[in-house]
Amino acid sequence: MPSKYDWPAAEKRSLIGKRINRLDGLAKSTGRAKYSYDTNRPGGLTAKLLTSPYAHARVTKIDTGEAERLAGVRAIRVMSPVGTEVQWQGYEIAAVAADTEEIARDAVRKIQVEYEVLPHLVKEEDLSKAGNRTKPSGENTQGNPDQGFSQADVIHEGFYGANVITHCCLEPHGQVAEWDGDNCTVYASTQAVGSIGRELGKVLAADPATANVKPSNVRVITQYMGGGFGSKFSPDRWGIVCAQLARQAGKPVKLMLDRDQELLMAGARPSHFAKVKVGAKKDGTLVAWESESWTTGGMSGAGAAPIPYVIEIPNRKTRNIAVSTNTGPARAWRAPNHPQAAVLTMCPLTDLAAKLNMDPLELFLKNVSLSPRGDVYRAELLKAAELMDWKAKYHAPGKGGNGYLKRGVGLSIHTWGGRGHDSECRLIINPDGSVQAQLGSQDLGTGTRTVIGIVAAETLGLPLSGVQVQIGDSNYPPSGGSGGSTTVGGVSASTRRASVKALDKLLEAVAPGMGTTADKLVAVDGRIQVQGDPSKSLTWKAACAKLGTKAISETGRQPARDEGNLGDSGVGGAQMAEVEVDTETGIVTMRKMVAVQDCGLIIDLKTAESQCYGACIMGIGSALYEEKIYDQQTGRMLNADMEFYKLGGIGDVGEIVVHMMTRDYDQRGVIGLGEPPVISPPAAISNAVFNALGVRIPTIPITPDKVLAALEKGGMA
Amino acid sequence: MSKIDSEDHGKKHPGKKGFSRRSFLQGIGISGGAVASLPKGLLAEPQAESGARVMGPGPVPVSLRINGKVHNLNIEPRVTLLDALRNHLDLTGAKKVCDRSVCGTCTVIVAGHPVYACGLLAIEAQGKDIQTIEGLLSTHGKAHPVPTAFVENDAQQCGFCTPGFVMAVKAFLDKHPNPTMEQVKQGLGGNLCRCGTYIGVRQAALDAAREMRGGKRA
Repeated sequence: MPSKYDWPAAEKRSLIGKRINRLDGLAKSTGRAKYSYDTNRPGGLTAKLLTSPYAHARVTKIDTGEAERLAGVRAIRVMSPVGTEVQWQGYEIAAVAADTEEIARDAVRKIQVEYEVLPHLVKEEDLSKAGNRTKPSGENTQGNPDQGFSQADVIHEGFYGANVITHCCLEPHGQVAEWDGDNCTVYASTQAVGSIGRELGKVLAADPATANVKPSNVRVITQYMGGGFGSKFSPDRWGIVCAQLARQAGKPVKLMLDRDQELLMAGARPSHFAKVKVGAKKDGTLVAWESESWTTGGMSGAGAAPIPYVIEIPNRKTRNIAVSTNTGPARAWRAPNHPQAAVLTMCPLTDLAAKLNMDPLELFLKNVSLSPRGDVYRAELLKAAELMDWKAKYHAPGKGGNGYLKRGVGLSIHTWGGRGHDSECRLIINPDGSVQAQLGSQDLGTGTRTVIGIVAAETLGLPLSGVQVQIGDSNYPPSGGSGGSTTVGGVSASTRRASVKALDKLLEAVAPGMGTTADKLVAVDGRIQVQGDPSKSLTWKAACAKLGTKAISETGRQPARDEGNLGDSGVGGAQMAEVEVDTETGIVTMRKMVAVQDCGLIIDLKTAESQCYGACIMGIGSALYEEKIYDQQTGRMLNADMEFYKLGGIGDVGEIVVHMMTRDYDQRGVIGLGEPPVISPPAAISNAVFNALGVRIPTIPITPDKVLAALEKGGMA
Repeated sequence: MSKIDSEDHGKKHPGKKGFSRRSFLQGIGISGGAVASLPKGLLAEPQAESGARVMGPGPVPVSLRINGKVHNLNIEPRVTLLDALRNHLDLTGAKKVCDRSVCGTCTVIVAGHPVYACGLLAIEAQGKDIQTIEGLLSTHGKAHPVPTAFVENDAQQCGFCTPGFVMAVKAFLDKHPNPTMEQVKQGLGGNLCRCGTYIGVRQAALDAAREMRGGKRA
């Protein structure tokens, strides 16, 4: 049923769906944007953490005396008292707040800790060495796998995997904490402005030193944050100790993780390895799947990747094993478990296509009907093939050229939910004509601030500059944390509803004076006018002046069953990669990526495309460069820095073509976009390398050593 | 990761006496990660050199000329230029990310050259013109063409690498006013971004170059 809250029809949109610059673009590109790390409070102290050098150990002695005596040290907290069993390198032992960063570091070095070192496991790719650290984690059978395989004309079996990577947020985790009586303000680098304050408050309330603190006493402010990717949802132990140090010292305290700490303990994407068996008929119809997979999320579980991914092969059996390792714990990493699932599915399907002498594009087109949205995938695959010039570039595996440089193409498809989270927006129209949209949401760099502004301005018939977007403060109406691509759907819907309600109030206020009724009035081009009669109108400012002294303040909510259907869940996407492999050095060079993506109604096409470009680039990093490398002998991470934890650079990512599926997809309303485009790159790139070389590099990242080893094994070196 | 042409790349350190972790490592031809395996003696104490000036370890007066204005500080000689800017002058545009001269988010321009401010001690930057992102804000009430081009091309997401990237682009364009796309890819290889804004940065560099050339013609 149509509703006044529904999104405006395509021909009536003046902002929605256009390419619009982000609202905070100039603040960021001129260095004016203040992040948590940039927050220097008057009289503020700097805190640093002492962390465990061992992967598994028990604290047997800790002496902070010498550190306490150091001039300039204002507060010390022991976080792991004697007896604590430390389960990973980087585990927090103690924290020091001091007048300067240099003194804090000196003090950390003066804390004396003794450990009883315990046995550890830090690597899991070879399951036979995992000993008693494994446990079953999910088993599922659909249809009749044995019968399915008996019907198959061709069966492929192989090993595939994705190693652990880290989030490597450029702004590390951390915050500034400042007390005023029993009220604490936390300037946190967080994806969850609305919830971490309460969580922190609960912990503080349980501490005798801060027993008077109520969860609502903690205010969280995050105007800008330098990347989270799923790793910044908790107040974290360093957030708690930061607040405690500030209380103890009676001064504001800044505690941001150092880069090695960030990489060691502040976020890891679980590994996923699998032995896969998949069968098809001669014509490529998939009939059976069987997999045994294993994964580590550190000491915690990691969940099982949803395999077979997207394509629901009718007869299938999956078994997953969780391996606990003494490594920094897993955190949600952009599209949790989906990139791994894409590698574990799209790579064996491509290898199966090779056995069938089929172009994998044909195999996928034949089988996407086994997915919930076959027609969408068909359209997206065909569009991607056109943009990649797939037909001209595809060749049989291993026929990538006669010289030492071999070219190849590969593809992958993906899915994600992305339904909007719970959200409240307060929309204020002031008598002076100014407008504020207030939400306790946060902009991770995805463009949330801009999207809210566009929706409010579009609804009120104003230019984008006519709306002030106020977010990043837990004092504003609550909005969900920004994870799982849920933000754009949530804030767009609540802002739309609040804006419609507030506009209704304004129209009611001015209608009598215009000799008409509110239902005959519309807001367009910065004016309130009688529908169909532009001669009877008021400027926005003149209309707002009629409010006298009383501002309009209306709240819109998501979800709201009776107030329009503004969003949906479930998107698809197809990506293709073209690579060049140097068979003498093993180096894989990106030539081109094509990303075709649907996500319902797009609010800002420019920032939506940026999500896809960025996701491809992040995906290229995990496909070719990134790995949290551990040494089983010492239990330590070998590359807890940015020299050897490699991110791709500006020259490493080739050409990228993004195509957003619009028009016919608009009626679904707004659906999230952060996760989906980051899922396919590793699988598509791995498949492109296979196409170039004719041998499979089984695990990502596809580093030169693995390429050379695979070539040698394949008799091609 | 990028093949960096040292001529084109331009991340040089100012002054012939300039000494930094980075220039030291470049000088002896190794990458940062290999320091731990250096034989003893290569990292000999600097005061052993004849005529070396010893400062500290306590706070010493340091004078820095930043964006045309002189700032007098009393800081320990071990404070990096980056920490001096961020912790002592509240100039927080340059960001601290890797803190060991890898990622470029702390890029500032010292004596005309782009420099990783985390790899240079504040005491070494004395007597030189230091330009930070804050100095790029506005000369005639209008933003500089480089940050403007970053906005137009959405060459930023979380924005944490952006000020460093803007300064790197500015310094690059000062030396290469009419670059090709290939030169942009090579010349800006010293700055890393996690959100993946490189496609926008490439175009922003080209657009800003055009805008800046246009400005000169007029």
